[in-house]
Amino acid sequence: MTRKQKRLAVIAGGMGFIAAAVLLVMFAFSQSVAYFYMPADLAKTPVAPETRIRLGGLVGEGSVVRDTGSTVEFSVTDGSTNAVKVRYTGILPDLFREGQGVVTEGMFTPGTNVFVADTVLAKHDETYMPKDVADRLKAQGLWKEGQGQQGSGQEAKATP
Amino acid sequence: MIIEIGHYALVLALATALILSIVPVLGARRHDSAMMDVATIGSVTMFSLVAFSFGVLTYAHVVSDFSVQNVWENSHSLVPLIYKYSGVWGNHEGSMMLWLLILTLFSAVVAVFGRNLPETLKANVLAVQGWISVAFTLFILLTSNPFLRLDPAPAEGRDLNPVLQDVGLAIHPPLLYLGYVGFSVCFSFAVAALLEGRIDAAWARWVRPWTLAAWTFLTLGIAMGSYWAYYELGWGGWWFWDPVENASFMPWLAGTALLHSALVMEKREALKIWTVLLAILTFSLSLMGTFLVRSGVLTSVHAFASDPSRGIFILCILLIFIGGALSLFAFRAPRLSAGGLFAPISREGALVVNNLILTVACGTVLTGTLYPLLLETLTGDKISVGPPFFNMTFGLLMAPLIVIVPFGPLLAWKRGDLLGALQRLYVVAGLAFVAALIFFYIEHGGPVLSVLGLAAGLFLVLGAVADLWYRAGIGKVSGSVAWRRLTGLPRSAFGTALAHAGLGITVLGIVAVTTFQTEHVIEMKPGQTVDAGGYSLNFDGMQPGRGPNYTEDRGHFTVRRAGVAVADTWSAKRLYTARQMPTTEAGILTFGLSQLYVSLGDATKDGGIVVRIWWKPFILCIWGGALIMAFGGFVSLSDRRLRVGAPRRKAKPATPAMEPAE
Repeated sequence: MTRKQKRLAVIAGGMGFIAAAVLLVMFAFSQSVAYFYMPADLAKTPVAPETRIRLGGLVGEGSVVRDTGSTVEFSVTDGSTNAVKVRYTGILPDLFREGQGVVTEGMFTPGTNVFVADTVLAKHDETYMPKDVADRLKAQGLWKEGQGQQGSGQEAKATP
Repeated sequence: MIIEIGHYALVLALATALILSIVPVLGARRHDSAMMDVATIGSVTMFSLVAFSFGVLTYAHVVSDFSVQNVWENSHSLVPLIYKYSGVWGNHEGSMMLWLLILTLFSAVVAVFGRNLPETLKANVLAVQGWISVAFTLFILLTSNPFLRLDPAPAEGRDLNPVLQDVGLAIHPPLLYLGYVGFSVCFSFAVAALLEGRIDAAWARWVRPWTLAAWTFLTLGIAMGSYWAYYELGWGGWWFWDPVENASFMPWLAGTALLHSALVMEKREALKIWTVLLAILTFSLSLMGTFLVRSGVLTSVHAFASDPSRGIFILCILLIFIGGALSLFAFRAPRLSAGGLFAPISREGALVVNNLILTVACGTVLTGTLYPLLLETLTGDKISVGPPFFNMTFGLLMAPLIVIVPFGPLLAWKRGDLLGALQRLYVVAGLAFVAALIFFYIEHGGPVLSVLGLAAGLFLVLGAVADLWYRAGIGKVSGSVAWRRLTGLPRSAFGTALAHAGLGITVLGIVAVTTFQTEHVIEMKPGQTVDAGGYSLNFDGMQPGRGPNYTEDRGHFTVRRAGVAVADTWSAKRLYTARQMPTTEAGILTFGLSQLYVSLGDATKDGGIVVRIWWKPFILCIWGGALIMAFGGFVSLSDRRLRVGAPRRKAKPATPAMEPAE
């Protein structure tokens, strides 16, 4: 190989790697991205079962039912009449409470309208409202000012 | 009064930073020594002022002066003393003060230890550090002033976030910032080189110790943060691919690439333009991380302060510095003389592959982190990109790097002998594979693919040993000669071997934990027993307890192996009274390199409690490997040629370069 050919081969190799990375990223996005929904969205446009989504809202008052063992059922509402029943097996976060904001991740089981979550997120701050949920509640006029503002200067992990 | 003096000192620091930003640059243009000397004095003064200001804030926290809003919001008279100190940076304002303190510390260190730098380069570097200091001092003074007073002063504070009441807070942020902000020096060197329009191998030598130091601290900081999150959050996870974690990981990836490309530039005068670009990009990623974390635009599992006005300010800083530096780069880079060409199969060729993989992997992390933000801005759709994305992309892209790392040090500069390296490494690869099979056989129960992962980790460790082995010529020459050769190797060779071996150990830990860990979530009543990782865990019952500022319900567990009690632990659910905030305190037991992790959930109606138990085999390898990597960094930093410093540019051939034959 001449010098020029060598250089071309090196550049082609590098470009090939980058192209492979781009394809990989696009493939991974199509596989593993979860869209965020609130109960009202699901009432409008139902999501196919076994599609991974994030479901956010408020934990319905009086809706938490502990099964035997570590399975818990509760409903996620958005202040209106819409509510989605969620089942979760595991330990709930410390700040999980009725009437508080929550984000769950999982999928609907086929044939039912129970959302089986494998992840439940609630933040470390006691006045915390997950951002996605807070934005939407604000948009719907359900946001009580001061609810998530107070104590906003907290950090659960002082990463820069 | 003292608080106001602290505030005033910060204003003076701003004034100093402004002078520092302008005078030395003009001095460098006019070759005016007096003006350039302002850089040294100014940097030291700026650091002293910021340090004083920081000291005042610390004082306010330690004496619990609740008339200061920052103290009132983030402290309580009952908080243990150590957390009053570390609580200084456990909030947004204090955290930015720490950022600034470390930034000015680096300026001062460059000013004091940079005596052998050419005058103009030093003046320009310190001036660029001054620009960054101006931006961040302004940011603190205008949007995040920690010295605001409250009138009347409240009697009691609102307490430090319980999750932060941990030694982790005392160690993690300072280490992380030393790394994160340390890359500002590389950035300043790059911008200064572009301003001067001149760059050579000596430049790479001056930058290298700073890159190495920043990288070492960042490695420690990330590892410490990961361990802290692991034991404090009680979820048993050690890495969540969370935006905040990615924000610190991206500069690490770019910094690792920079470390390696600067090596090529130093030895071979090649990759000059790329190295300069990488230095700019690394610090840009640090700045972007600060923006992501401080503005709260992304949802994170690690809660942090968010305030849109602050976010916009940092975004402006970000745009000015990144945009400015990149424009300067675009203007000046073509004028820099390009480096030499080289053969693909050579040490420098291997380092180029390293750079390619690291930057592309860093790019995928960046894409995954920012894509949700982009999509929300463009379409309004909210999505989350989680661990599956990162595991698939980052994991697959990094896999080839792990395989080629041991080849790098075995290839010679200029023209390497791949066949020779292969011959040397096939024994190592074979050994690694056999060891992985034995490991798999003993641990059993994981997927067969894990053998490959384990073999890759062992290959890295053994490959690092093999590198030193062949360099010393063990087995070829007599023992005493080999020993003399081994001890005669430059420290940087040991640093390289340690860092690569450390990476291998981390890989081993990651593979072992992800494939062999077991998890049980069960409801337990006193007297019940669970088996995990060959141990049986007996739940003895709950009892209430109390600490200085919390009450808790703690469960006691006895661990038995073959019927004999070997250890016991407490796992608790705490309630911090001032904030009425509950936390989970996991019970962690260490057996060799593995851990048993017990965390409590809610009480059930019939008197039991939900317990989550993990067996985490070889999990300590993950952080142990990172510690070894950082140790390698320190060893390399102590290398003679970095201490002696590079010879002056254009100096008469006074001292021969202190370059070990490699």
